[in-house]
Amino acid sequence: MNSTITSTSHSPKEDHKPMESAHLTISDLVKVFRDGSGSETRAVDGISLDIEKGEFVTLLGPSGCGKTTTLRMIAGFEQPTGGEIRVKGKSINPVPPFERNMPMVFQSYALFPHLTIFDNIAYGLKLRKASREVIRNEVAVASQMVNLVGLEKRYPGELSGGQQQRVALARALVLKPEIILFDEPLSNLDAKLRIQTRTEIKRVQHMLGITAIYVTHDQAEALSMSDKIVVMNNGKIMQVGSPEQVYNHPADPFVADFIGNANFLESQVTAVNDTGVTVTIGGKNFVIDRGRVYPEVCVGDEVYVTVKPEAMEISQDPGDLTGRVDVNSFVGAVTEYKVEFDGQFITVIHSNTGETVTLHHMDDEVSIHLNPEYCRVYKR
Amino acid sequence: MAQNLGGSIIGREWGLRATIILVFALLGLFILYPIFSVLRMSLTPDGGFSMEVYRSIFDHARYFRSIRNSVMLGLIVATLATTIGFIMAFAIERLRIPGHHMFRSLAILPIVSPPFMFALSVILLFGRSGLITRHIFNLDVGTIYGLRGLILVQTVNLFPIAYMTLSGILRGIDPDLETCALNLGARRTHAFFTVTLPLAVPGILASWLIVFVTSMTDFGNPIIIGGDFDVLSVRAYLEFTGMGNLPRGAALAILLLTPTVLFFMLQKRIMNNRSYQTITGKAARRNMLPVPPVARIGFALFAAVLSLFVIMLYGTIIAGSFIQLWGVDWSFTWRHFAYSWDVGASTMGRTVLLALISTPITAFLGMIIAFLVVRRRFAGRHFMELLAMLSYAIPGTAIGIGYVLAFNDAPFRWSGTAFILVTAYVFRNVPIGVEGGIAALKQISSEIEESSTNLGANSSYTFRTVTLPLIRPAFFAGATFAFVRAMTAISAIIFLVSARWNHMTVLILAQTEILRLGAASVMSFALIVVVMTVIFLIMKLTGLDRSQVFGAGASQ
Repeated sequence: MNSTITSTSHSPKEDHKPMESAHLTISDLVKVFRDGSGSETRAVDGISLDIEKGEFVTLLGPSGCGKTTTLRMIAGFEQPTGGEIRVKGKSINPVPPFERNMPMVFQSYALFPHLTIFDNIAYGLKLRKASREVIRNEVAVASQMVNLVGLEKRYPGELSGGQQQRVALARALVLKPEIILFDEPLSNLDAKLRIQTRTEIKRVQHMLGITAIYVTHDQAEALSMSDKIVVMNNGKIMQVGSPEQVYNHPADPFVADFIGNANFLESQVTAVNDTGVTVTIGGKNFVIDRGRVYPEVCVGDEVYVTVKPEAMEISQDPGDLTGRVDVNSFVGAVTEYKVEFDGQFITVIHSNTGETVTLHHMDDEVSIHLNPEYCRVYKR
Repeated sequence: MAQNLGGSIIGREWGLRATIILVFALLGLFILYPIFSVLRMSLTPDGGFSMEVYRSIFDHARYFRSIRNSVMLGLIVATLATTIGFIMAFAIERLRIPGHHMFRSLAILPIVSPPFMFALSVILLFGRSGLITRHIFNLDVGTIYGLRGLILVQTVNLFPIAYMTLSGILRGIDPDLETCALNLGARRTHAFFTVTLPLAVPGILASWLIVFVTSMTDFGNPIIIGGDFDVLSVRAYLEFTGMGNLPRGAALAILLLTPTVLFFMLQKRIMNNRSYQTITGKAARRNMLPVPPVARIGFALFAAVLSLFVIMLYGTIIAGSFIQLWGVDWSFTWRHFAYSWDVGASTMGRTVLLALISTPITAFLGMIIAFLVVRRRFAGRHFMELLAMLSYAIPGTAIGIGYVLAFNDAPFRWSGTAFILVTAYVFRNVPIGVEGGIAALKQISSEIEESSTNLGANSSYTFRTVTLPLIRPAFFAGATFAFVRAMTAISAIIFLVSARWNHMTVLILAQTEILRLGAASVMSFALIVVVMTVIFLIMKLTGLDRSQVFGAGASQ
C-alpha cells in the first residue's frame, strides 16, 4: 500500500511529501509481532495518515484491527517494524517513550495506587523539575478543569471509576501537551457515565486546542467525539473521514457494517443505465442511483444491497417487502425488529414518537418499505 | 527496515543498558563460572581432557551405590512427602478441618528450622540411646541411622514444600466445579476422583519433582543420620574435603547437578503451562460444601497426629538443651548453655551479621532482575531469567565446590573471606526473590509503569518510584526468605567457611559429630529463636502479615 490516505478536506495530490500543516504524520507504518514459534502477525500493515493540529482523531475498529498497536507506536511503547511517525515533520522513531511528551489516558487509568491524587497528577511535573510552587498551582488548575477539587489527598482506591478516569485525564493535561493519547478510556465506565465523560473530554480538548488521538471500538463514541474517524480492519485503514462521511458514505461493506450496522440483502442486478441500477430483492425491483453503486457494475452481478436499520419503515399496510416478525425488542425511544423474509433477516429500527406505540408482535405479518435513496450496492 | 523489538529504545537508556550488562556479568561470574570450574575439574583430572574420573565412579560399587541411594531416597521421600502434603492441603483448604489456622502455622515451622534439626531430635528419640526406642519401650528395632531415619526426617522436613505448592493449586480450583459435579449427580468421592484430583495433577507432579530435587541435594540430614547409607551430596563432600580428591568430588557434584537441574526445569515447565488453571480472578471464597463428619474427623485426626509428631521433635530439642547427658543422666543442667555461649557466641554473631548483610542485597537484586525480565525487552531476557532461577536447582554441594575451585586463585582470590560467604548467600537465595517479584509484577497491570514512562520517567525512575513500592510485599518476602536461608544454609557454605568466618550450622554439625548432643540442641534452639525473632521484627516493621511473607500457603 503506497497511497497516502489523507483527510478529505485536503487535496490528495501530493503523494510523498508530508503536509506542511500536519501536526503528526504517519507514513507506511508497519508492525509485525513474532511469537515464540516464529509465526508472524502483521498487526499494523502499512498505514499512512495525517493529523492536523487541534484535531480530534479517532482510530476505530474491531478488536485486533491494529488501532491500539498504532497508538502504542505513537507513544513509543512499540517500535515500528517499518515506516515512520513524524511530529511537525520531524521523525520521532528514535525518541524513547519518556521523551515524547504525549501523555496517554489508559483503559485501566493506570493510576499509581501508592500515591495520592495530588502526587499522581504532579508525577510528570516533578519529573520536569518544576518548583513546588508551580506544581501546586498547576495541579490545582488541572484538578479544577476536570472537577476533582477536594479529592487531592485521597488515594486512587478510594475513588469511583469516573473520578479515577478524571484523575488520569488531569495527570495528562497538567503537562500542557500538544498531543494527548487515549486508549479506550471509557470502556470501564457504565453506560450513563460514559456518555457524560465523553462530552467532558471533548470540551476540555477543544478548549485547550490539543491534538487528540483516541482509540475505541465503540462507534457511538467515535461518531460523537471525533473531527475525523479512521476506520481500521486487519491492520489496514479502510476509510478516513468526518463522522457524517463515514456514517453516510461508507467506502466499503466493512465500514457499512461496522459503523452503520447496515443490513446486507442478497440481490441481483437486472438493468444498468447512465443514471440508475435496477436490482431485485424478494422479487421486487428497485432503482438505485448510479452514484451509490460500485463503478464496474454489470447486468447479472450478484450483489449486496445495504440499507441502515433506521432508513426503512415497517407497517402492516402493504409495502415493498413482506415478511414475518422474528423478534421484537422495545427499548424505549425505538423498537428494534428482526424481520424474516425470503430466508433473509433484516433489522429495522422504528422510532417511537409520542406516547402511543403500535407494536408489531412476534410472527406478525409485516411489510417493509425500502428507500432506494438510502441504499448502497456492493459486489457480493 | 527491520528493527529489533525495542532495541533502539533500550540503547538510548545507558543506565538501563549498564544494569543489564552488570546483572549478566554477576550471574555469569557467580553462577556459571563456578559450575564451569567444577565441570572442568572433573574432566581434566591431570590437566588433559579425560573421562577417567567418571568411568571410575561407575566402576566402583561404592560410588555407584551413592548415586543409586540418592535416587532411591528421592523417589521414596518425594512420594511420601507429596502424599502427606496433599492430604494436609486438602484437609486445610477444602475440608476446613477444625484448627486449620494452627495447622497452617505448624506447616511453616520446618522451613525456618536449621537443616538437620529433625535429624538431631530423631536421634535423641529413636537413636542408640533414644528416649522412645531404648528407654520407654526398650525396643530393638535396629538402627535409625541409614535409609529409614533419612526417610523419616526428610519426609517431615519436606512435606511443607508439597503442602505449600498444593494448597495454592487447590485454592485455584473453583469449588463451583465440585458443586457442579454433585449437581450433575456425582457422589462426593466420585467428584473428587473425576474433578478435583485430575485438576490437581500438574501441581502434584510439580510438587513431587521439587521434593525429589530437594531430597537429593539435602546435605545436613544425610551427614548426621545417614550412617552407612551413602548419598551423593555427602560422598562428594567427603571426597572433596576429606580425601582431597578434587576431580572425583567435582564429578560426583556434576552427577548430582545434572538430574536436579533437569527435574527443576521440568517442574518449572509444568507450573508455567498449567493448562488446567481455573482461577477465575474472583478473590471471594465461596461457601464450601458440607462434608460428611466422618471424613472431617479422619482428616483432622491425621493432621493432629502429624502435628503432634512435629511438635514432639521440637520439644525434644528444647528438652535436650537442659539434660545432662541424654540417655545416661537425665538431670537438669544449664551447662550446655554455658558451653554453647563460650563456643558459639561469636560464630552466632558473625552468622547473623553476614546473613543481615546479604539480605537486602539479595532482595534488591531479585526485584531488579524480576523488573528487567518482566517489564523490559532485551536480547537474552529469557536467558537471564533462566540463569537467575537456575541457581535454585544447583545443589549447594556443586556451588560450594565451584566457589572453592573458581575463587581460590587470582584474579578471584576470595576463599576464606566473608565476601565469598555473602556472595554465596546472595546468589543461592536470589531465585526466591526473583520468582516472587515476577509473580507480583504479573499481577500488576503493566499500564501503571507504562504511564510513568509516558509521563517522562526513565527506567530507573520508574523502578524506584512505581515498581518497587508496588511490589513491596514481594521485596520483603524475598528478604525474609533470603535471611532464613542464609541462617540455615549448610550444603554450600560448609566448603567456604573458615576459622574466622564460621557458620552456626557448621558448628552445630561439629558438635553433633563429637556427640555433644546437648550443645547441638542448645545451638539449634538458639538458631530457631534468632530466625523467628527477625521474621517477627520484619513483619512488625513492615506491617505485612504471614501470608505476604511466606506466600499464600501460609495465609490466615
